[in-house]
Amino acid sequence: MEHGSFSDHTKSTFSLTDEDHTLANAVRFSLNQDPRVTFSGYSIPHPSDNKVNIRIQTTGDLAADVLKDACQDLMLMCQHVRSTFDKAVVDFKMSER
Amino acid sequence: MAGRGVKQQTMSESTLETETETETETGTESESSSVDPKGGGGLRWLEKLSDVPMGKLPPHLEFQRTHVECKADAPLHTDTIQYSGAYASLGVDNSVRMDSFCDNFRVEVMRLTEDDMEFDMIGIDPALANAFRRILISEVPTMAIERVLIANNTSVVQDEVLAHRLGLIPINVDPRLFEFAGNNTPNEKNTIVFKLHVRRKPNEPSSVKSNELIWSPKGSEFLLASEDSKSADTSSKPRTYTSFTCRQDSLPEFSNNAIKVMENILIAKLGPGQEIELEAHAVKGIGKTHAKWSPVATAWYRMLPEVVLLQEVEDEAAEELKAKCPVGVFDIEDIGKGRKRATVARPRGCTLCRECIRGGQQWEDRVSLRRRKNHFIFNIESTGALPPEVLFTEAVKILEDKCERVIADLS
Repeated sequence: MEHGSFSDHTKSTFSLTDEDHTLANAVRFSLNQDPRVTFSGYSIPHPSDNKVNIRIQTTGDLAADVLKDACQDLMLMCQHVRSTFDKAVVDFKMSER
Repeated sequence: MAGRGVKQQTMSESTLETETETETETGTESESSSVDPKGGGGLRWLEKLSDVPMGKLPPHLEFQRTHVECKADAPLHTDTIQYSGAYASLGVDNSVRMDSFCDNFRVEVMRLTEDDMEFDMIGIDPALANAFRRILISEVPTMAIERVLIANNTSVVQDEVLAHRLGLIPINVDPRLFEFAGNNTPNEKNTIVFKLHVRRKPNEPSSVKSNELIWSPKGSEFLLASEDSKSADTSSKPRTYTSFTCRQDSLPEFSNNAIKVMENILIAKLGPGQEIELEAHAVKGIGKTHAKWSPVATAWYRMLPEVVLLQEVEDEAAEELKAKCPVGVFDIEDIGKGRKRATVARPRGCTLCRECIRGGQQWEDRVSLRRRKNHFIFNIESTGALPPEVLFTEAVKILEDKCERVIADLS
């Protein structure tokens, strides 16, 4: 869910339910790596609510698009981590034999 | 701008070199005192400096970016610099592009057994490494006993304590073969039923171990309370606490592969004549709900330690240094003429106890303890449901799913 102004879509807060530091911190890392982002941060408003707010301010692009790209980047990174890991495990098992 | 950048650099450099003890002075004073003596007149000292190559960080900043330095009192430069424009004024791009990430990321498996593994993840940000760790502990699903139907329990262990103990027993079954039950009726796709019926005669061993939990592939045998009261007038099968449509051992995945729990776990002790009769229903869940569903005993990482000798440490000092380290990081080599020199033999074993830099400034000058910020020694200890390498890939998939869900929500 996006909270922002109607006129300016370059600054928004996104509220994700059922997420915590696991995703928010990883997404913040990914957002910070994006040169279009001027500010990004996240907060968990209350520890008993399982939701997290991610704030994004950009140099001109739509905040929603930037967040989408950040998630996309994160997914690609994960896929690369997974394939590299699987390959390392296979190599290790071969060398053990 | 460029001039300012260079000036700041020298200030921090000289602060590093000479001003370790003048921390009590105010910032401006220590800065001016470290800059003025060098130049003498005006800013002429600036001209003597070598150029900072564009596109590359000066060595001390690069060190701060990639290492945590551990001093006797506290570690330095502990934060990771994530912002892409952090070094923009130096002409350095700090963003991680996918291709550079793919080029630099490496995994090296160090140890891999049935239920335990250690591997090195190199070239990844702590944000991601920590996400994997958190997911391993609290979001990779397993099966665990959730409902216990107790028909008889005359042991000294109370029903609720017994149920709790049963819940914590690891079940050696691949949770990917099952569905989350949610509010659905228990069926062969989401529930595993175990039976436990023990009664001790005098002179028999009194321990009840987890081996006595027997998988019951046809589901629950206890009749629903409402069915009990009804007389046997209906010809249909009486309803039990589960509604299995077929026997679980007729399913291909379990036909040659009986479901077992981890063996030799003490459940209760019985006195002569005491009895326990119960049915335990295991369902799929995640560690966030209750730790019994956590698939790992522990999942943890540490950054790769680096131990560097800043000076030659010889003779008695070398012996002292070797004796100081409780994990044996240092070794002594013979350099001839009866002289000895300390070497760093096993830096990976360093636990950062900092024993070697305790004992005065001279030790801090000799040894430098560091940690690499992007090199993680990752450990996974599985409880037995899935092998550790599968657990890790599952954890990475879960993070991918999370991202996918956010993308789907936004579009």
